[in-house]
Amino acid sequence: MQKSVSIKDLSLSFGAVNVLENLNLDIGEGEFLVLLGSSGCGKSTLLNCIAGLLEPTGGQIFIKNKNVTWEEPKDRGIGMVFQSYALYPQMTVEKNLSFGLQVAKMPKPEIDKRVARAAEILQIGPLLKRKPSELSGGQRQRVAIGRALVRDVDVFLFDEPLSNLDAKLRSELRVEIKRLHQSLKNTMIYVTHDQIEALTLADRIAIMKSGVIQQLADPNTIYNAPKNMFVAGFIGSPSMNFLRGEIVEKGGKPVVVTNGVDFALDGYAAGEALQAGRKVVLGVRPEHVKVNEDIPGADHHQATVDIEEPMGADNLLWLKHAGHTMSVRVAGARRFKPGTAVKLSFDMGLASLFDAATEERI
Amino acid sequence: MADTVSIKPGPALAAATKAGIEPRGAKPRRTLSGRNIMLYGTLAVAALYYLLPLYVMVVTSLKGMPEIRLGNIFSPPLEVTFEPWAKAWATACTGLNCDGLSRGFWNSVRITVPSTLISILVASVNGYALANWKFKGADLFFTILIVGAFIPYQVMIYPIVIVLREMGIYGTLTGLIIVHTIFGMPILTLLFRNYFSSLPEELFKAARIDGAGFWQIYFRIMLPMSLPIFVVAMILQITGIWNDFLFGVVFTRPEYYPMTVQLNNIVNSVQGVKEYNVNMAATLLTGAVPLFVYFVSGRLFVRGIAAGAVKG
Repeated sequence: MQKSVSIKDLSLSFGAVNVLENLNLDIGEGEFLVLLGSSGCGKSTLLNCIAGLLEPTGGQIFIKNKNVTWEEPKDRGIGMVFQSYALYPQMTVEKNLSFGLQVAKMPKPEIDKRVARAAEILQIGPLLKRKPSELSGGQRQRVAIGRALVRDVDVFLFDEPLSNLDAKLRSELRVEIKRLHQSLKNTMIYVTHDQIEALTLADRIAIMKSGVIQQLADPNTIYNAPKNMFVAGFIGSPSMNFLRGEIVEKGGKPVVVTNGVDFALDGYAAGEALQAGRKVVLGVRPEHVKVNEDIPGADHHQATVDIEEPMGADNLLWLKHAGHTMSVRVAGARRFKPGTAVKLSFDMGLASLFDAATEERI
Repeated sequence: MADTVSIKPGPALAAATKAGIEPRGAKPRRTLSGRNIMLYGTLAVAALYYLLPLYVMVVTSLKGMPEIRLGNIFSPPLEVTFEPWAKAWATACTGLNCDGLSRGFWNSVRITVPSTLISILVASVNGYALANWKFKGADLFFTILIVGAFIPYQVMIYPIVIVLREMGIYGTLTGLIIVHTIFGMPILTLLFRNYFSSLPEELFKAARIDGAGFWQIYFRIMLPMSLPIFVVAMILQITGIWNDFLFGVVFTRPEYYPMTVQLNNIVNSVQGVKEYNVNMAATLLTGAVPLFVYFVSGRLFVRGIAAGAVKG
């Protein structure tokens, strides 16, 4: 894949605080990359560096194979959409869209053409003569996207664009952004703390923590094969169940023993040798535990229903299982009274195993 | 009729109240409560305290000297005359000049207008740069500027006299304008910096992405959003510079004395009869400009002061 944005050894520090340290990242042409992390992890800082709004302390940034580390934002071929929309309040929608083009001294007919095109794509034609204060949140964010659109940029940067919208609008605009990406085929870099946005939009997700990318992979890999316990715990709601235990040889096969119950590791595709005695953490997603189903060859465990949380489509059970609490997701129609004894079965092919000390995937 | 039935408030009324039917009509008030008497009494006394001197001034300025000599300073004029006003404006003497306050008025205009404009222009760009274009040492620069606001004027007067003399502009209007501009800088820069800092930072970022430079962002994005703070700065500067006495008397020559100095010279002249009516008229004339500015822009002033407090 052709590289669109390339970040080499990027560092940034505010005074004594290192926000980013030797960060490397390559983003392919036309790729939708999501930077995901909780607040303060450096994801917005990284985006601002790419945009040229923050000057990195070290390292280089390439866009379309051109070194833009010291270029002005306008010369980088990027457009940016902000969380607070950042529309110029005194200008109409049309002026907001055309401001950047006017600054670039583009001829009037060309400006009009581009504004009309952007208005058509985003369906904001009827709003062109209005001021931002007369628009709803969703309309404002559309205009903000339009401002990047008219400039005909190579790379779109989104800085938590949907965080200020209510839940319904958020999911609507999410679909629209995906549609926009499918039709424009631009490179898009999208910062969010919302895992749903990340999983639904991204070609690849970069999960960040303390300025370091923890895992860079497609959503499926991130979800099914998290590289470490942070990624595993960050993605998925409710979080993955972590069971602390130890590897024991039983009948010539490695088994995880936790609080006296066994999990055979037959079906688990381990990346390294599973020597006995190693302290490990077994990660099981709530949706990968079967309740009261007979699966031949799988381990069966006893548990008791503690709390039931019906959520419509799903029903979330909090179970007491061998001395720890475990969350399990079942179909919404299956109801369990608290105190009910249930039989659990685990599919080790979908589980994750981490080293207890390094917290890395085994 | 249905509504005559419930003469006696019964369970039906209680149910209706519970159901959310609000009592209608104005809330009954006791106008002569002890609290109200205290409140309005205090306000009235305070208002009188400020209005009485003004009343005396206006009344006295409209009387002739014989009437003033009767000594009834609170009585309204028997015979209204505008002669004291005319004299105060055009013919009252200070030293050898007998052209009244008019000379001082025009001097004050020539001092206030350029000082206000230049100081606001420079300070707003200062504040904008300090708020949005953080350069190395910006915080130190700002701190030094603010410390400047706390140094007593008296300490600086003589050094400034020397500086102006060396520059060859001591005693000129130019010199005084420069002094006013510099002395307005700390507080105005603080005002503008805080205002620009309160504007959303993402707007500034968006404008940079759009390719606008330092001046384009200033003129096309920041200025149109900052009218209230400019009005505040204008009021501060116009009233401050207009009311200034010390700098005017120290840094200019008699022919350039501002209105306040001129007023002092008229009122405090030791020769001849004290013309109270002329003095009162002169004082009112001098105070008219700041008063006018307050009345015209008072509404914007309040809005501007409050603007920094609540993020819109």
